[in-house]
Amino acid sequence: MEPVIALTEVTAELGGRPVLRGIDLTVAPGEAVALLGANGSGKSTAVRTAIGQVPATGGERTLFGTPVRRFRDWRRVGYVPQRSTAAGGVPATVREVVSAGRLARRGLRPLGRADRAAVDRALGLVGMAERAGDSVNALSGGQHQRVLIARALATEPELLIMDEPLAGVDLASQRVLAGTLRALLREGTAVLLVLHELGPLEPLIDRAVVLAHGRVERTIDQPGRAAKGDAGAAAEGCPAGLPESHPCHPADESEPSAEAELQTGIL
Amino acid sequence: MFDFLDLLDYPFMQRALLAALLIGLAAPAVGTYLVQRRQALMGDGIGHVALTGVALGFLMNTSPVWTAVAVSALGAVAMELLRSSGRARGDIALAMLFYGGMAGGVLIINVAPGGSTANLTSYLWGSITTVSPEDITAIVWLSVFVLLVCLGLRRQLFAVCQDEEFARVTGLPVRVLNLLLAVTAAATVTVAMRVVGLLLVSALMVIPVVTAQQVTRGFAVTLGLAAALGVLVSLSGTITSYYADVPPGATIVLIALGLFAVVSLLALPLARGRARRALPREAGAAEPAEPALTPGP
Repeated sequence: MEPVIALTEVTAELGGRPVLRGIDLTVAPGEAVALLGANGSGKSTAVRTAIGQVPATGGERTLFGTPVRRFRDWRRVGYVPQRSTAAGGVPATVREVVSAGRLARRGLRPLGRADRAAVDRALGLVGMAERAGDSVNALSGGQHQRVLIARALATEPELLIMDEPLAGVDLASQRVLAGTLRALLREGTAVLLVLHELGPLEPLIDRAVVLAHGRVERTIDQPGRAAKGDAGAAAEGCPAGLPESHPCHPADESEPSAEAELQTGIL
Repeated sequence: MFDFLDLLDYPFMQRALLAALLIGLAAPAVGTYLVQRRQALMGDGIGHVALTGVALGFLMNTSPVWTAVAVSALGAVAMELLRSSGRARGDIALAMLFYGGMAGGVLIINVAPGGSTANLTSYLWGSITTVSPEDITAIVWLSVFVLLVCLGLRRQLFAVCQDEEFARVTGLPVRVLNLLLAVTAAATVTVAMRVVGLLLVSALMVIPVVTAQQVTRGFAVTLGLAAALGVLVSLSGTITSYYADVPPGATIVLIALGLFAVVSLLALPLARGRARRALPREAGAAEPAEPALTPGP
């Protein structure tokens, strides 16, 4: 099956400083991949390069088999940027912010009944339906993050990309987020997450890719199973017919040492 | 009421009031997007550049309104390109625009045959007696354009101004929408310059918006209320200006500021009540109600 994201030997710079020094990364349909690494290791830049928000200086990058430069089918991609990017000078309601996600399907045309229904579904998924009319400025950090996730889900994407969705998020919202992710993976949505630590999402992750200094340092298949022997939840989203190397296959066991490093170490 | 009808007998007052009505609607509509993007001073920058356009109109002996539209649109587009490329800091680009526009205007008006800075006075501070029938035609067309963009593309412009990176990933033509907003802001400045004056234009783009957002929770409601307040202050300011024989721009701005002060005072208990109601809902959450800004990567 065609990967939803494929980066091959991708390099990128920010302000003339090399940040990615040859990254290989693939995400298969329905797969949950976490990008881990210390601050400055290139996690955020890697996902932003994958969706064309940072120009690549070398290598190949495709989304759903199409080179990113020519990719126009943005309704297939849901993006949750780092929370700091979404503060405005004028109040906006939760519903208004989430409705922006429908523009990937509507473009310059007005929104209709189907769009409102999709917004309602997205708000329900993250448990924010009853706050739809409130100003986003009145929300806590975790609620705000849930609104941004709902905005991406309103697009009804096949691939969900989240940049640090757990940063500054309270425990209640972390649990809601884990539940939302589980539901999405069950429906076959692919998920790429930038994370500081796996936290409550650990059992859901099929593969953790650890970056250091703009390169892939190592890959850990099913970090949740390595940690707790709980493979059931992680394997749920795996489609059939994957190659032997796919983390869903029982032959793949991650090194026992991985667990300790994921818990502490650079993370 | 008798007095008000009396005032409508004068064609120049009819034109001034029509212009004030359109400005009252258009300026806060554009201003809402600029305030949202924290570019409240952009109107001032464009206003200064428009001065060069007005002077150019005198020099070429054509209608200053259209030369002002052309030059301020160019200035606004240049500002937007500088902002989006990230090559210059926003405040520095704006400062350059202030100086260049002002100096260009003064220089060109003195080169124009029979021109002096006195010609610019009515454009700087606004005047109700100088709105000509040709001006009104231009003002009507430009306002229609501004309102069509601001209301018709409301969701798209909201998305772009609220979170530009997300808007790009939805596939919206972000660059085109940004340039369109810049040109729309330039058109608004030139619409407003005859009545409010170039140096006070920006006030009508900003004050009604910040007044409205004291009592609103949503973007669309803020936009609508700001436009309503804009019409209220621009019409009452123009009428006061007629009776008190004072420049309309200053009158409109002072009324707008007064309204802002009154609404702020009235909104205080409202905000306190809201905070009280919000508190129980936050109980148990591990963080404060204000979303904490996370540091960048």
